[in-house]
Amino acid sequence: MHELSVTQSILEIALRYGNQNSAERITHLYLVIGDLSSIIDDSIQFYWDIISRGTIAEGATLHFQRVPTRMVCFECNHTYLPERGTLACPNCNSIRVQVSAGDEFRLDALDIETDDD
Amino acid sequence: MKTIQVSVVEEILSANDQLAVQNQRLLDDAGVFAINIMSSPGAGKTSTIVATQNLLKDRLRLGMVDGDIATTIDADRAAAAGMQAIQINTGGNCHLDAVMLSTALREMKLDEVDLIIVENVGNLICPSSFKLGTHRSVLIASIPEGDDKPYKYPPMYRGVDAVIINKVDLLPYVKFNMDYFIAGIEMLNPGVKTFPISCVTGEGLTDWTDWLYEQVAQNRR
Repeated sequence: MHELSVTQSILEIALRYGNQNSAERITHLYLVIGDLSSIIDDSIQFYWDIISRGTIAEGATLHFQRVPTRMVCFECNHTYLPERGTLACPNCNSIRVQVSAGDEFRLDALDIETDDD
Repeated sequence: MKTIQVSVVEEILSANDQLAVQNQRLLDDAGVFAINIMSSPGAGKTSTIVATQNLLKDRLRLGMVDGDIATTIDADRAAAAGMQAIQINTGGNCHLDAVMLSTALREMKLDEVDLIIVENVGNLICPSSFKLGTHRSVLIASIPEGDDKPYKYPPMYRGVDAVIINKVDLLPYVKFNMDYFIAGIEMLNPGVKTFPISCVTGEGLTDWTDWLYEQVAQNRR
């Protein structure tokens, strides 16, 4: 899997925003990860602990907000979480449906420590 | 010390996506059309690419960029068929990304090709997350993989412009419900083009190459 390169991207973005905001330390990262994005929290955390060493983000806590896969039905406008083995609308059985959430993969915010002045 | 929260809201793969945009600009400036072919290992990516070369070589100059974790077997097959072929060994990486394609495009003689077919690493998961900058994405499914794959690997089926269904010559021997398979694709990617083909018998191949040729021609207009 590609969690190492993905974790490097997270670190790069965090350090860029940290430096822009004169951070002495980055203490928390708030990640939003959809279930369709095929990313495993534990793997990110594993690589994070290694590659953040020696940076201002060392020891920062990663928060994962998981977003379940949501579908919306074109026929009856029903929004639902798909069941295993089918994606069809559970309300009207239509297969004219669309994924409406679940492929998010972004860094929403950081908590940083700065000098008082 | 004071603690503040900084709003970021940045896509984690945005660096890759930006480089993908640059790749497409480079291709457009050179007048080259490119497609990204993805599939599981063994679905017939290289066979389809070689068959595509054989059907289009009188009308288009085809190049191939091949991503594999090791060996040049696939690029060698494409080169033997007369394609300009560049091998990327990903060194164990499970997908191609925009950086790797950018490197390959610099190696390629872009003024000697009209169409580049990028053969991604055989994998139904990771390649879907990494844009390359190609103009179209195509997924090759194959009959022996089973008819449940759209349901099990939805991201891969969502982002593609066409699905090739290879090895239809095996349909009499394999339990594969085509209606169930197509229904899964339709739910994830309504209206996507599908091309049932066999690289062994040649069935359906001209439908695929006619469509591909039309995509290249449209891009030139």
